[in-house]
Amino acid sequence: MKITFDWIQDHLKTNLKEKHLLKQLTNIGLEVESVESLSVDNELLKIAKIIKAEKHPNADRLKVCDVDVGEKEVKKVVCGATNAREGLITIYAPPGAIIPKTKTKLTTAKIRGVTSYGMLCSEYELNLSEESEGITELSTKYRKSIGKSYFSKSKSNLIDLSITPNRPDCLGVRGIARDLAASGFGKLLELKEKKIKSKTKQTLKIKIKKEKNQGCNAFGSCLITNVKNTESPQWLKDKLISIGQKPISAIVDITNYVMLDINRPLHAYDADKIEKDIIVRDSNSGEEFTALDNKNYKLDKGMCVISDHKGILGLGGIIGGTRSGTELDTKNILLESAYFDPKSIRNTAKKLNLDTDAKFRFERGIDPLSIESGLNRAALLIKEICGGEVSKIDIQETKVYKNQTIKFDTNLFEKISGFKISTKKMIKILENLGFKTKKDKKYLKLTIPSWRPDISQEIDIVEELVRISGYDKIETIDPIKKRFKSTLTQTQKLFHFLQRSIASKGYLEVITWSFTDSNYNNKFKGDKKEIKIVNPISSELGVLRNSIFSNLCMSLSKNLDRGFKDISIFEIGPIFEGPNPGEQSTVVCGLSAGKKNRLSWIDDERNVDVFDVKRDVVQTLVEAGYNSDKFFIDSETPNYYHPGKSGRLFLNSGKDQVAAYFGEIHPNIIKVLDIKTESLVGFEIFLDNLKIPKKTLNDQKKIFQFSDYQKSERDFAFIVNKDVSSQDLINAISVVNNKLISNIRVFDVYEGENIPENKKSVAISVTIQSSEKTLTDNDLEKINKLIIETVENKTGAKIRS
Amino acid sequence: MSDLKKIKDEFILKLKNKSNLSEINQIKSDLFGKNGLISLQFKKIGTIADSERKKFAADLNGIKNELQDLISLKIIEIENADINEKLEKEKIDITLPERAFVRGRIHPVSQTIDEISSIFSEIGFSVEEGPDVENEYNNFTALNTPDNHPARDMHDTFYLDEKKQKLLRTHTSPVQIRTMLKDKPPFKIIAPGRTYRSDSDQTHSPMFHQVEGLHIDKNINMGHLKGCLNYFIKEFFEVEKIKMRFRPSHFPFTEPSAEVDIGYEIKDGKIVIGEGDKWLEILGCGMVHPNVLKNVKVDPVKFQGYAFGIGIDRLAMLKYGINDLRAFFDCDYRWLNHFGFDPLDVPTNYRGLSR
Repeated sequence: MKITFDWIQDHLKTNLKEKHLLKQLTNIGLEVESVESLSVDNELLKIAKIIKAEKHPNADRLKVCDVDVGEKEVKKVVCGATNAREGLITIYAPPGAIIPKTKTKLTTAKIRGVTSYGMLCSEYELNLSEESEGITELSTKYRKSIGKSYFSKSKSNLIDLSITPNRPDCLGVRGIARDLAASGFGKLLELKEKKIKSKTKQTLKIKIKKEKNQGCNAFGSCLITNVKNTESPQWLKDKLISIGQKPISAIVDITNYVMLDINRPLHAYDADKIEKDIIVRDSNSGEEFTALDNKNYKLDKGMCVISDHKGILGLGGIIGGTRSGTELDTKNILLESAYFDPKSIRNTAKKLNLDTDAKFRFERGIDPLSIESGLNRAALLIKEICGGEVSKIDIQETKVYKNQTIKFDTNLFEKISGFKISTKKMIKILENLGFKTKKDKKYLKLTIPSWRPDISQEIDIVEELVRISGYDKIETIDPIKKRFKSTLTQTQKLFHFLQRSIASKGYLEVITWSFTDSNYNNKFKGDKKEIKIVNPISSELGVLRNSIFSNLCMSLSKNLDRGFKDISIFEIGPIFEGPNPGEQSTVVCGLSAGKKNRLSWIDDERNVDVFDVKRDVVQTLVEAGYNSDKFFIDSETPNYYHPGKSGRLFLNSGKDQVAAYFGEIHPNIIKVLDIKTESLVGFEIFLDNLKIPKKTLNDQKKIFQFSDYQKSERDFAFIVNKDVSSQDLINAISVVNNKLISNIRVFDVYEGENIPENKKSVAISVTIQSSEKTLTDNDLEKINKLIIETVENKTGAKIRS
Repeated sequence: MSDLKKIKDEFILKLKNKSNLSEINQIKSDLFGKNGLISLQFKKIGTIADSERKKFAADLNGIKNELQDLISLKIIEIENADINEKLEKEKIDITLPERAFVRGRIHPVSQTIDEISSIFSEIGFSVEEGPDVENEYNNFTALNTPDNHPARDMHDTFYLDEKKQKLLRTHTSPVQIRTMLKDKPPFKIIAPGRTYRSDSDQTHSPMFHQVEGLHIDKNINMGHLKGCLNYFIKEFFEVEKIKMRFRPSHFPFTEPSAEVDIGYEIKDGKIVIGEGDKWLEILGCGMVHPNVLKNVKVDPVKFQGYAFGIGIDRLAMLKYGINDLRAFFDCDYRWLNHFGFDPLDVPTNYRGLSR
C-alpha cells in the first residue's frame, strides 16, 4: 500500500512531522517497507514530444529521435522502443536524471556511434506500472504541458507500507489515518459526506440470483448520464502520480481514487453496452469472456459473474470485461459498488490464476457498509468533473449486514500482555478505532466496526489494545535458567555425534536440497518408489530424494570441474520412502573421490578405496559407542555400489537392520553421470537403524579388569577357498576359547604362486593370554591345536605347513 | 721408576692418542687380558718380599683402577663421538612438508543449529522434530490458516499430490501441532529443521531452515516472550548490547503477533549487529492463538503462551558475515572450507559459542 503524508492529512489533523509518522506507522503494525523521494528526483522527468523518429544508421532495432522538451534546442535521443514514433507525447529523462526504477543516473552516451542526450522512459522505468514494453504514451492533452515536469512538485515522500492480510481497512488511506489517530498521532477528521440528491430513478434493473453460495450479497449502483469523460484535473492527477499511479481518464481515475482513499472498489460500466438488465449469478461451466487484461477466460461452474442478457460482463469483484468497459467517448455510466464474499473471490481468482487490485481487496474483506458512501463520493466527483446527471442509488441485497458484537473481559488484557492499562484507556482506544463500547462490570460490550472483518473474539481485542498502546510497553521478563527435561533425546545426541565424527575424518559437510533430479535419483533409488513434487521449482528438482547420493554426486562433480581432485563430502539429513508424513529416515551419506597422498614426496600415491570408507564407517560407529567385535559384515549391497567391492554392516550377527552400506560406487554410474575422478567410494549410515542402547555408555562398561600374566602371540596361515571370508575364519577362532583368546587379527592375504587356484592363504595373528596364570608351552600347544582343528572343520581350511 | 709407574705413564699416553673402539679394546686386553701387563703384575704379587708386598699390591690396585676408569671414560667419549657423527649424517631438511592431512568441516547451518540449541537448553527448552512432508492440516488448518485464507499466499507451497493434501512443510510450526497433540502441557520446546517454499531468487531458496519455539504454561505472557527472545539474541550474537525492536504484525497462528528487528550498521562493508540506526527483521513471534490451542485439545482458558519462528540461515549469515543465501546450498568446496567450522568446535555454554 503506497501513501504520502499529504494524502494522510486529508483525513488526519496533526502537528507531527513525517519522520514521526514513519516511526509511528511501524509501531502500530503498519510496517514501512520503503520511503522514496519522488518529487526531488523526479522533477527532471519532463513531458516531451517526438518530432522526428528515424532508423539508427548503425542498428536496425534502434531509432534516433528528435525530441521537443520545451526548450529552444531539440534533443537527439536514441531509443529502442518499437512505439517511438513521430508525434508521440512521452516522458523524457535528461542526462543527470535518476531513473526511478533502477536508481541509475543518466549520462550523455554514445550508442552505436550516435550521441544520445538522455532517454525516453517506459512506465516500468518510472515505477508507474509493470509495463516495460515500449515507452510511456501520454494522451494528446499533454501537448500543452511539453517541457513541464510530469511528476508533481509535492514535497511528500512516497511511503510504501506492508499491510498484513488481516487489515483490509488499511488498504485505504482513511483506515491508516484512523489507526494513527487512535495511537495519539493526531485527530481523525470527519468525512463530510455529501449525498446524491436526485429525483431520477436508476432505470437499469439489477437482480442478484438466489443461489446457494452466491458470492455477491449486495449490489449498489447508480446511473450517470450524459457525461463527458475527460482528463482528470491537476489535483487528482497529482494525487495519483504522488503514489506512483498513472492517470488515465477522469472516470477511471475517480474510481481508483475512491478505492485508494476509503478502500471501496467500484466498477464503471458503459451503460449503453449493457443488454437490458444486469443479473448477478453463478457462472455456467464453460462460459467465456474477455477481461480488461485482454485475455479470454473460460469459467468453471459457480463463479460469481455480473452478466446481462447477452452474456458475462465481468467477474464480480475481480475484473471487468472489455465489452462493457468505459472509454473516452463513453456517455452513460453505470457505477457499481458491491459486496463480494472473500472466499468466493479467492476461489475464483485462484482457479483462473488472476490477480487484480480489486481481488486483493475483496478477498481480504471490504466494509459492507461502504456501498453507499462509495457511490456518493464517486458519482459526485464524476458529475463535478465530467458533468452529467446522477440517478438515485439502487441497492439490491440478499443479506442484510449486521454489526457483530463481542463481550470482552478486561482482565484478559493484562493476562496476555503482562502490563496494565485502565479500562478508561481501553474504551478510548477502542472508540477511536471505531468500536462502540458499553461497560458492564469487568466486561466491555463491544460493537465491532463493519470495516474490521478480522475481529471476532476477545484475543483480537487484546491485540488491538496492545498494538495501539505500543509494544514498547511490554516489560521484559528474564527467562529462568532451569531445565526440566534433557535438551536432546538419545537419537538426537547420536545425530550430532555422527555428524561431527564423520567431519573429523576429513569430510566437508554439505547441505543439499531434499529434492533432486529424477535422472540422478533413478540411479540411487534402489527399490524405493519415486516421489514426485506436483509443482517443482524446475524439472531438475522434480522428485524427493530417495538417497542423498544423487545430490552429493552433483555437488562432487561441480567441485571436480572446478579443478579440485581429492574431495570428501558428506550430508546428514532425510531421505524419503513415500509421500506421507513420517515416510522418511535420516541418513549420513558420504562420498570420497580421488587419491590418497597425491603428489606426496614421502608416501606412495594410491586411489581411495573401499577399505578407506570401511574404516570411516567402522571407526565412526565405534566412536559412537558400538562394539566392533559384534559387527557382522557381508557383501549384499544395493545396485549402485560395485557388486564386488562393497559391504553391508550390521551391528550384530542377528542381521535385523542394516546399519550401513559402504563401497565403491558402481563404475557404470560414474560413467553415465560423467564424474571425472580416478576413484569414487561412498557410504550410507542409517541413523534410524542404529539401536539406541537403554543404558548409557558409562553403564554399559564392565568392571575394569586386566591380566598381568604373560601373553603370547601365535601366527597361523590357512589355505581356504576364495569364497570363505576372513570374518568366517575370525568367527571360528573366536569361539575356540573366549577366556584365553584376547585378540585376532588378519595380517596377510595371499593368492597366486604356490597357492592352488580358487584358494587363498590367510595369515592370522592370535593373542592368547590367561587372567589366572602364565600359560605353559603345553597349554599353548593345546590351544594351538584346537584353533587349527576348529578352523579346518568349520571352514574347510588347511593349515599351511 | 718402577715398572708400574712406567706402565701407567705409557698407557695413559697411548689412551690419549687412540680414537677408535677396537684400539681401546686392544689396550684393554694388553693390560687386563690373560697375559696383560697388569694381569702379569698381579701374578707377581706372590713373589714379592713380605715387607714390600702390601705397598706393591696397593700401588698396583691404584694403577689398575685408574687405568680402568680412563678406559671407561675413553669408551664413552668415543661412543658419544660416534653417535654424534652418525646423527650428524642423518640430518634431514625439516622444512619438507609433513604427511598429508585432511580437515573436515561442519556446515555453518549445522553449527548455528547447535549454537541455538545450546542457548535454549540453558533456559529449559528441549528439542523436538517433525517430518519434512506434512499434511495440509498440520501445516495450515490446525494453525488457524484455513483454506482460502490470504495468508496462504505468503507460503508458496510444494505439493506432493493433486488434492494438495500432502506438502513439504512451509515452516516449522507444524511441529507445534505434533508436539501438543502428543503430550500434555506445559510445553517448552524448540524445533529446528528444513522448510520449503517454491521461491527462488537472490534472497530466497526453495529450501531453508527455521527454528520454531513454543512455550505453553499457565500465565506465560508477552513479557516472557520478550525476555526469552531478548536473552536469545544477546547470547547468540555474543554482544553486550543489542538494539531490539518488537513491532506488531500478523500471523494467523499467533495473536497478538510481533516481528522482531535488530539494529545494525554497515562498517567497512561488513554488518555490525547491535549498533547503528538500521533495522533488520529476524523473526516472527506472538502469543499462540486460542484457536490453535483448541485444535490441539489444550484449554486456552487454563493454558497460554508464546511461539516464535526464526530463520536459521539468516542468523548464520548475520553472525558470520555471509552475503549470499544460495551459497549455503551450493556445496562449493572453497566456500565450505572458508565458512565451515572445525568438528571439534562444539558450541557449549562454558567455552562460549564460538571461538
